[in-house]
Amino acid sequence: MRKLLIAATAVMISAGASLFSASAADKLKVGFIYLGPVGDFGWTYQHELARQALVKEFGDKIETTYLENVSEGPDSERSIEQLVRAGNKLIFTTSFGYMDPTLKVAKKYPDVHFEHATGFKTDKNMGIYNGRFYEGRYIQGVIAGKMSKAGVLGYIASFPIPEVIMGINATILGAQTVNPNIKVKIIWANTWFDPGKEADAAKALLDQGADVIMQHTDSPAAMQIASERGKLAFGQDSEMIKFGPKTQLTSIMDNWAPYYIDRVKAELDGKWTTDNVWGGLKSKLVVMAPYTNMPDDVKKLAMDTEAAITEGKLYPFKCPIVDQDGKTVECKGGDHLDDGQVLSMNFYVKGIDDKIPGK
Amino acid sequence: MALFEAIILSVLAASTPLLIAAIGELVTERAGVLNLGVEGMMIMGAACGFGGAWLSGSVIVGALCGIVAGTLMSLIFALMTLGLAVNQVATGLALTILGIGLSGLIGAGFVGERITPAPHLYIPGLTDIPFAGRILFGEDGFIYLSLALVIGVWLFLYRTQAGLILRAAGDNHVSAHALGYPVLRIRMFAVMFGGACAGLAGAYLPLAYTPFFIPGMTAGRGWIALALVVFASWRPGRLVIGAYLFGAVTILQLHTQALGLGIPSQFMSALPYLATVIVLVLISRARTGGSTAPAALGTVFVPDR
Repeated sequence: MRKLLIAATAVMISAGASLFSASAADKLKVGFIYLGPVGDFGWTYQHELARQALVKEFGDKIETTYLENVSEGPDSERSIEQLVRAGNKLIFTTSFGYMDPTLKVAKKYPDVHFEHATGFKTDKNMGIYNGRFYEGRYIQGVIAGKMSKAGVLGYIASFPIPEVIMGINATILGAQTVNPNIKVKIIWANTWFDPGKEADAAKALLDQGADVIMQHTDSPAAMQIASERGKLAFGQDSEMIKFGPKTQLTSIMDNWAPYYIDRVKAELDGKWTTDNVWGGLKSKLVVMAPYTNMPDDVKKLAMDTEAAITEGKLYPFKCPIVDQDGKTVECKGGDHLDDGQVLSMNFYVKGIDDKIPGK
Repeated sequence: MALFEAIILSVLAASTPLLIAAIGELVTERAGVLNLGVEGMMIMGAACGFGGAWLSGSVIVGALCGIVAGTLMSLIFALMTLGLAVNQVATGLALTILGIGLSGLIGAGFVGERITPAPHLYIPGLTDIPFAGRILFGEDGFIYLSLALVIGVWLFLYRTQAGLILRAAGDNHVSAHALGYPVLRIRMFAVMFGGACAGLAGAYLPLAYTPFFIPGMTAGRGWIALALVVFASWRPGRLVIGAYLFGAVTILQLHTQALGLGIPSQFMSALPYLATVIVLVLISRARTGGSTAPAALGTVFVPDR
């Protein structure tokens, strides 16, 4: 019996190995680590759309795999290694919290290439990419400043990391250009994804007098609450107009497909090198959903703002930037903050009457 | 005053799924079965509940689909733990993993669709009473149903013979068996009731709370329901207090944040759980004598024939 088992196992292993080598020789295997479910209609959904675009673009030349609902932090290391062992040669890890685990796995497997989204650590075989979503947030701020009758915006934030803080600051800076007295109420959900909690946060903000809701969390729950109450809101990561046809003003959409196609092409041509891409409206990595539910003059203002940012005539963080304590922030990028300052932003600008949690 | 009313309305809505799921689990545990699969049964209830409502256009059909889905899931659990005498903890955890995966598969077809949420009660005159009107007479049906369920369970457990037998099976299955009671059948019905409640609680999320379906939308509420049963020391009355307390702290922390008081949000987010721990400590200190947990909780019973 035991001999039979050993024989059977041997057959299985050799069969598995031959299968493996055959497919590995023919196709480039590309792996993805997703934070949420592919159907979250937000962050992960946009990465999934880009993965599908890859499949469409390269067809038989590549084989893609994704692992969804992978929690951030040390545990994700196991999932990333799993993709490596399955023979993936290019692996995209699509959330900030995968940064250190990706780096660790990258050091262990120098012949595999890694692409980490929204982080700041690189290595010989680990590149990073991100979107300048704050450019879109600035436009949203301009629109919100115009559209808010109460002069109070409601902001559902996720975690107090620079990415989220720069979004809040960009929004308020945009809003101040049209309404210098604009106020913002901020709720930290301490989660990227919990529809019930996001809905409760939206209710709390509306109950306290905010009339335009914006969010840095991933589900359309807040949009629906605003819609129910007849207020206005911005979508997040993807088009959410379906959840609030009379509510959505616009939405910042993450458009990863061109970047993914570019990187896979480089890998196929053997030209992959570590990169550090931070694309915005200009490179079409950040795309604005149609401007809806607003009067024509606001729409025009929004489009003009978008055009100015795209052409490089307007910087959301143009100097002087004054923090909430009244200190002027050092201007390292000439007439605007440089990328390093934006990427490590941990202060609120003047006009926000709140404190960054834990600061 | 309007803000206070709004807060109470949000608290009731946030507490209801916890209360429904927990009252079901309370009955299951009272019969001596520990089903850790509440989260999995809930998310299945959410997926099937939304699917049913979306296809039929009726919230009631949706709620029934959620109940059926939860019950079917609990039958898998019953088959494993009661029929095959498998470890309850392991099976419950497996049930959660199965539910999360399966619900994503079932729900894939209608992610991104929307439905009309459950209507709120409106009685002309009564609902219009300032302040109390909307809170007492303006809720959705699930909220009234959840309270009716708690009262029903209390009456059943403490005022009927069947309830006494169920508790006996949970405290000492050997004696209950020796007295001629069908322990396994009693436990199966208790597990099914728990599954039905978890399914209904899950269905509440896409049918009334946030009217769309997204995989993983229960976001850990099943685990909180499990904790609430312990918090309530297996008593229906305390369960109501626990669920509303938990809901209240959850909602109030959002409001204090929006007020911009400058309290760290990480602390505020942890507050509901801290409150639970503190109350648990107070309860256990105030109690005299042994544990209030059903004595046979979590133990496998194989009748000798």
